[in-house]
Amino acid sequence: MRSYVPNTEKERLEMLHDIGMNSMDDLFRDIPEDLKLKKPLDLPKPLSETELRDLIHGFVYMNEEGGPLFRGAGAYRHYIPSVVPQLAMRSEFYTAYTPYQAEMSQGMLQSLFEYQTVICRLTGLDAANASVYDGATAAAEAMLMLRDNKRKKKILYSAALNPDVITVMKTYAHCAGLELVEIPVTDKGVTDKAAVAANMDGAAGCIAANPNYYGCIEPMAELAETVHAANGLFVAYVNPISLGVLKRPADYGADIAIGDGQPLGLPMAFGGPYVGFMAATKKLMRNLPGRIAGQTTDAEGNRVFVLTLQAREQHIRREMASSNICSNQMLCAIMASMYCCVMGPKGMREVAEQNIAKAHELAKKLTALDGVKLRYPDTPFFNEFVIDVEDAAEIDKALANYSITGGLVLPDGGMLWCATEMNNTEEFDFVCDLIEDTLDPMGGEE
Amino acid sequence: MVPNDRKYTRDHEWVMVEGNVAKMGITAHAAEALGDIVYVELPAVGDETVMGESYCVVESVKASSSVFSAVTGTVVEVNEELDGAPEKLNEDAFENFIAAVEFTEINEDELMDAEAYEKFCEEEA
Amino acid sequence: MRSEYKLIFERSHEGRRAYDLPECDAPSAVCEIPEEYRADNDLKLPELGEVDLVRHYTNLSRRNFGVDNGFYPLGSCTMKYNPKINEELAPMFDEVHPLLDPAMCQGCLALMADMEHMLCEICGMDAFTLQPAAGAHGELTGLMHIRAYHEHRGDTARTTMIVPDAAHGTNPASAAMAGFKVKEIKSAPDGGVDLDALRAAVGPDTAGLMLTNPSTLGLFERNIKEIAKIVHEAGGLLYYDGANLNAIMGVVRPGDMGFDVMHINLHKTFSTPHGGGGPGSGPVGVKSHLIPFMPVPRIEQKDGMLTLNYDKPDSIGKIKSFYGNFGVIVKAYCYIRSLGAAGLKEASENAVLNANYVMNKLRGVYEIPHDRTCMHECVVTPGELMDYGVNTSDIAKALIDRGYHPPTIYFPLIVHEAMMIEPTESESRETLDEFVEAMKGIAEQVKTDASAIHAAPVTTPVGRPDEVTAARKPIVKYEEE
Repeated sequence: MRSYVPNTEKERLEMLHDIGMNSMDDLFRDIPEDLKLKKPLDLPKPLSETELRDLIHGFVYMNEEGGPLFRGAGAYRHYIPSVVPQLAMRSEFYTAYTPYQAEMSQGMLQSLFEYQTVICRLTGLDAANASVYDGATAAAEAMLMLRDNKRKKKILYSAALNPDVITVMKTYAHCAGLELVEIPVTDKGVTDKAAVAANMDGAAGCIAANPNYYGCIEPMAELAETVHAANGLFVAYVNPISLGVLKRPADYGADIAIGDGQPLGLPMAFGGPYVGFMAATKKLMRNLPGRIAGQTTDAEGNRVFVLTLQAREQHIRREMASSNICSNQMLCAIMASMYCCVMGPKGMREVAEQNIAKAHELAKKLTALDGVKLRYPDTPFFNEFVIDVEDAAEIDKALANYSITGGLVLPDGGMLWCATEMNNTEEFDFVCDLIEDTLDPMGGEE
Repeated sequence: MVPNDRKYTRDHEWVMVEGNVAKMGITAHAAEALGDIVYVELPAVGDETVMGESYCVVESVKASSSVFSAVTGTVVEVNEELDGAPEKLNEDAFENFIAAVEFTEINEDELMDAEAYEKFCEEEA
Repeated sequence: MRSEYKLIFERSHEGRRAYDLPECDAPSAVCEIPEEYRADNDLKLPELGEVDLVRHYTNLSRRNFGVDNGFYPLGSCTMKYNPKINEELAPMFDEVHPLLDPAMCQGCLALMADMEHMLCEICGMDAFTLQPAAGAHGELTGLMHIRAYHEHRGDTARTTMIVPDAAHGTNPASAAMAGFKVKEIKSAPDGGVDLDALRAAVGPDTAGLMLTNPSTLGLFERNIKEIAKIVHEAGGLLYYDGANLNAIMGVVRPGDMGFDVMHINLHKTFSTPHGGGGPGSGPVGVKSHLIPFMPVPRIEQKDGMLTLNYDKPDSIGKIKSFYGNFGVIVKAYCYIRSLGAAGLKEASENAVLNANYVMNKLRGVYEIPHDRTCMHECVVTPGELMDYGVNTSDIAKALIDRGYHPPTIYFPLIVHEAMMIEPTESESRETLDEFVEAMKGIAEQVKTDASAIHAAPVTTPVGRPDEVTAARKPIVKYEEE
C-alpha cells in the first residue's frame, strides 16, 4: 500500500501513548458507535507507482485522439511555450495555498499583480481580479456585477455567446432571480442591434461575445453605443488570442471584459482547469468578485503586494457578499500571464495573424468544394467559421475514421470549424479530399 | 465629545433633523470601533431608506459593517467626499455626514440625546 | 533580507523575444478583417529573452512558500503533501479536446465515472458530479439541488437556509447566491450546534441546514443524528460542507450521518495541489432523491459505451463549461487509487493523531478554548499572552521567522483571537515537535521581549504590509511612470 504518512507504526503508538491513548480508535471516541463504518471502504486495491502509471496509460489509450484537430467552440489548441508549464511546476508556486500571509507569499502576489496588469493591457480596462473558474462563470459573475451596479434584475445576452456560457448564466440567473433576455442573431451571424435597443428598457446591461460562438466578429462599438444610450453597461466576452489584432474591449467602450484564458498557454485537458478572466473600468472595480492583488508598502517603504479590497469578499461579508468565490484558478492565471509575457507584443500579434490566415485559408479550401457554403460569407471572422453542408454528421464520421477531429457539428446541421497556428495547409488539403469523397463518393472513383 | 445638536441611535449612528430632511452619519465611537475605515459604500441619490434597515456599508481592512437608517424616506444628498477619502470618518465622524434623507417617517422616541447616548456607550462598555 | 523585486514590465527591452512560432504557410488574411475592427497598436506587453523570463519567475517562486518548502498547518485547508506521481500523470490528457465525440474520449469518461463511483463509496452518497471547480462552487451547486428539490415539489415557501455562526464564510455567501435567506444560529458553549436554537429556527420556511462535521473548531458534532432528525422532520435537507473530510475517511461517512447533499474539496482531502489559490475541484454528492437535479451532462453507460447525457429535464443546468477541472480530478483519482481503502483510513487516523499530538503539547502554553479530543485540527488562542500586548497576528508573524507557514488565524469567528492548526497526516513526529518548540519559544519571547514579536517577520523579503493604504488607495495594476 502506498502511504504518504512518514511516521512508523512504532512512532504512532508512542505518540498515542504520549497523549494518553492506546489505539487509533480512541481518537474517534466522539463519533457515535452506530454511525461508524463496520467494514473497510469498498475500493479497488491500492496500486504501486508503476501500476498506477500503467492504469493511467490504459485510460489514455482508450481515448482515440491525437490526429489533426479543427475544433474550437470554447477550447482551443495553441502553441504552449515550454517555459510556461515548466515554470508553473515550481513547487513554491503550485504547492502553496492562497497568499494569506503576504510576507512569505510575495512570489505569488507579485505574479498575480502582473497577471492583473496583463489582463488590463489585453482588455484596455483599469482593473482585473485574480480570476474565476472559467469563461462561463466569468459571464455569470458579470451578470451579478451588472445587477449590483445598476440595481436592476434584467440582463440582455447575445444568442451568439457560447451555448455552455449561456447555460451556466441561466443556472446562476435562476438562483439570483434575474430576468435574462436573449437577443437573437441576425442573418449576418451577429447580435441584433435593433433587438438590443428594443429590450434595454429596465435592463442593467448586455453581454455579447467577440468573436462570437460562430466565429463572427461583432460590431462591438455599435452594440456598446446602443447599450450605453439606454444607460446600461456593456460586457464583452472575448477570445484573448484575438486581441493581438482585434480592437480591445476598452477601444469600443466595454465597461467589463471577460473571457476564458485557456487559449493563453493552457492545455485543452478535456475541459479544465482553465481560467476565467474579468476586467472592468475603475468605476466598477469594487464590483469585481473574488481576490484582487494590490500594491502597497511595508514600514521601510519597500514595495509590497497584498490581497486587497477584501471586505467585499465572502469571508468578511458572508451572506452580504455578492459572490461566494474564494479558491479561483490562480496557477492557471499565472500561466496565462507567463504566456503573454513570453509572446510579448509581437508574438501576440503574430499568433493572432496566423490564426486569421489559417482559418481563412481553410475556409477558402472548404468552400471551393461543391456543396460547401460559408453560412455568413459577408461577415468577418477570426479563427472559427460555420459552413453549411449536406450531412455534416457523415463528414464528421468519415474524418474520425482518419483520426481527424473536424468542425463541431451544430444542432442545426452546420459545422463550426476552427484553425489555429497549430494547423497546416497540408492538413487542409487532406481534409478537403476526405470531405469531397464523402459528399460525392462516386466522384473520386476514376 | 458627543455634540448635543443632534440625536443618536443604539447602533451608534447620529441623525440631525432639519425640517423634513435628516442628515445621518456614524458616531466617533462607531468609527473608532471599526478601526481604519477604508471604504464607504454610499447610497445613491433617489434610493429609498427604511427605518432600522441598512442604507450604507462601511469597510475596514478586515470587516464590513452595515449602517442603519434612522428614518424612512428618500436619499436627497450623499457625501461624495467620503468616496475618495473614507478616512474622514475616522478623523471626524460628526463633521462628516453620510447621507441626507427626506423622510416620511421617524421615531423620535427611539432616539437618544447626547447625554443619553454617552451613558448608553458607557453601559455598553 | 529585505529586497524589492522588479516587475516583469520593468525588465522589458524593446525587440527582445522569447516566443518561437513556425512560419505561417497560409497567406496573410488580416485584410479580410475591416480596419474598424482592428486595433491600432500592439499590446503593451513586456519584451524579454527566454532566460531572463525564466529567471524572473524562478526568483519570484523563491519569494513564495509551499508545502514542499515546509510545514503549512493552515487550518481548514488541509495542506497535505502533493504526490509527485500525480503531477506527472495528469498532463497525459492535455491534448484531449473536451468536445470530442464520446467514442473518441472513452478513457476520460471512464476515469470520471470511476471517480464518481469511488467518491460515492467514500462518502456514502448515491451519485456524484465532478463539475464544480472549487469548494465554494460545490456549495453553490449543492444548494441549488436543495432549491430545485423544494421547487420541484411545489414547496416554494422553503426559502431559508440555516447556517451556524461557526461556519466557513462561504456557507452563508453560497446560500445567498443560491437565492436563500440566511438564518444564522448561535453555537452551543461546546462549539457544536445548539439543539434548542436549531429547534427554534426550523419551520415551514426551512430549506435546509449547512453543517461542517467535524466542525470548524475541529470537533466532531456528537449530536449529528439528532440534528439530522430535527432538520428532516421540519422538511429541510442537510448540506455537508466537506472541507473537513480529511478527519473521517474510512471511519464515518456523511451519507450515513444523514446528510442529503455534500461537496468535497479535492485540493484538500485528496491531495491535489492548491496552486497558490486554485485550481481546486469541488465534486458534489447527493442522495438518490436529489439525482434528478444534478448538473448536465451525466456520464452514463449505453450499449457498452460511456455517453454524456444532457437530457435531464429537472437538472439545475450547468454550473461550469464542460465537465469540471478534469486535470485536478485525475490527480485526486491517482491519489485514491494509490492509497486504497486502508490508505485513506490511515491518512485520516494520522491526521487526527497529529492534531491531538500538537494540541496536547501546546496545552498550558496556549489556551485551548474547547479542550477535548479534537479531530484533524485544533483551535488555540494566545490566552494570557495577550496581556503582554501581543495578538494572534503577531504570533503568526513570529512563526514565519521560524520557518513555518502560520495556522489559519481569526477563524472560526466564534473564538476570540483564534489560531486553527491543521498539521495533516503528512508531517513526521519531529516536524510536529519542532513546531511545538517554536510555538513555546514564541510564548517565552512574548513574555521577555514582546517588541521583537511585534517586529516580526524580519527574515522575509518584505515586512508587514500597510493594508489600510492598499485598501484606501487601491493600486491593482502596474503603470509606467
